[in-house]
Amino acid sequence: MLGVNNIDVGYNKSRVIHDMSFKVNPEEILVIMGRNGMGKTTLLKSLIGILPSTSGSIKLGDQEIAGMDSYQRVRSGIGFVPQGRMIFPSLTVTENILSGARGNVAQSTWDEIYALFPVLHEMRKRKGGNLSGGQQQQLAIARALVANPKILILDEPTEGIQPSIIKDIGRALKEIRNMRKIAIIVTEQVVSFMMDVCDRVLVMERGRFIHEAYRDSLNSDKIKALLAV
Amino acid sequence: MFGYTWSELSSIFVMQSFSGFSLFSVLLLMALGLAIIFGQMGVVNLAHGEFMALGAYTVYLCSEIVHKHIPALAPYYFIVAIVAAFFAAGLVGLFVEWSLIRFLYKRPLDTLLATWGLSLIMQQAFRSIFGAREVTPTLPDWLMGSFKPSATIDIPINGVFVMGLTLLLTFGVWLFMFRSRTGLQMRATVQNRVMSGAVGINTKLVDRFTFSLGCGIAGVAGAAFTTIGSTGPDSGSRYIVDTFLVVVFGGTASLLGTVASAFGIAQSQSILEFFLKGTMGKVSVLTLIVIVLMIRPKGLFASKVRS
Ligand SMILES: Nc1ncnc2c1ncn2[C@@H]1O[C@H](COP(=O)(O)OP(=O)(O)O)[C@@H](O)[C@H]1O
Ligand SMILES: [Mg+2]
Repeated sequence: MLGVNNIDVGYNKSRVIHDMSFKVNPEEILVIMGRNGMGKTTLLKSLIGILPSTSGSIKLGDQEIAGMDSYQRVRSGIGFVPQGRMIFPSLTVTENILSGARGNVAQSTWDEIYALFPVLHEMRKRKGGNLSGGQQQQLAIARALVANPKILILDEPTEGIQPSIIKDIGRALKEIRNMRKIAIIVTEQVVSFMMDVCDRVLVMERGRFIHEAYRDSLNSDKIKALLAV
Repeated sequence: MFGYTWSELSSIFVMQSFSGFSLFSVLLLMALGLAIIFGQMGVVNLAHGEFMALGAYTVYLCSEIVHKHIPALAPYYFIVAIVAAFFAAGLVGLFVEWSLIRFLYKRPLDTLLATWGLSLIMQQAFRSIFGAREVTPTLPDWLMGSFKPSATIDIPINGVFVMGLTLLLTFGVWLFMFRSRTGLQMRATVQNRVMSGAVGINTKLVDRFTFSLGCGIAGVAGAAFTTIGSTGPDSGSRYIVDTFLVVVFGGTASLLGTVASAFGIAQSQSILEFFLKGTMGKVSVLTLIVIVLMIRPKGLFASKVRS
């Protein structure tokens, strides 16, 4: 599905991601755990092309995407939900969703989105900037979905969001995977959310993976220990 | 007051308002184009006035061609000329973005310098092609008449026509920005360029389109300008300062702000001009703007949405 090989990513001279390689399997929810500042956001930015990798390759299916602009990567099949949501504050909810679409959005897609996130239907005429954090998070996911991604990437979707909505988001992610048969990468710090959604987990420390576990052999205490300072 | 009777004063007021309408139209269209480009790309286009002049010269060219070769169309050519002015300025704008501006994004000083250089080049080009003397298109007769609603009031038709055209175009731009897909992509890009790319918008293409659209609108401003003045190589540079005033005053974020500020500046200038000498009118307007900006530094109509 997605194959990342030996990528380096950084800001000017300081390298944050070191010679990193990993694969994402079809229809898998991969959770990448790591404390603040370990390089999760940097990694995801390099996948979507906001911060291009300086070496190595990123393959989506058979297609090499490492040299592409962000918008081309989206068109190739990467959906991106950034940390902090980054919805367009003065566009309405509907306009925010449309901004992610090419051409018209099929009625079935609207139905799917509103079934996943009923609150977006109620709020559809409101400005994105006037939504709560949880609603904005749902909006950011919907915006990524209308481009029909083959793989959805989310950066700390639970950050700063109240527990009841965190549950909704976990449920939505599993439903998206089941309905659309796509792969999902999520970065996280919250172990309970990871336990809820993951098929596999990778733990990141200072730009490298230090632990990998599949759902059936997962030890949450071990992961908690790795995340403790 | 000033040695006029009240009824004379009110006639002067009405007539100067109408002559203010033409100025308002030119300023509004200029400011609209400038604000769209600046708001979208952060590019201050110092050659914007020359795109206006380009539009005016296009109308002149159409006039010459029609009157020489197809005089039967003379009464109607002006409408077509407006469209031609839009596309001429728009296409040159497209070429300028592609060949120059796109290499200078995120380098505001270089952009200023480059667009200033461009304005000099364009002025020289006008001088070489059309000569240093000012030219005037032959306007159709119906456009040059006037209404006389009372003995002392004389309302020029061209002012009303140009104003109608301006309102139509402004409304068209609004429709485009708020009802079309490209307009949506432009608004998204203004708000968050990086994120727009990350939802699949080709922001470089949006930039090119925006620059071209802004220049095209300046071209229409030039067409409107031919009804109130004759066109010379430096006609554009004489309007650019007023245009910047309008944009600064109205803020770049809101269409309503641009309209109101163009209206205010054109009307007060035109009415004051009658009583004071031209430059005094300008100085008074400038003083007023400085005072307003001290009270509302982000323009009169800064938008308020939390991000
Ligand atoms: N814009 C930036 N410029 C320079 N360094 C940065 C920038 N953003 C993040 N970093 C550094 O990169 C490292 C990884 O940050 P980040 O990827 O945001 O981590 P995480 O998302 O896991 O919290 C940190 O040391 C951080 O200080
Ligand atoms: Mg982060």
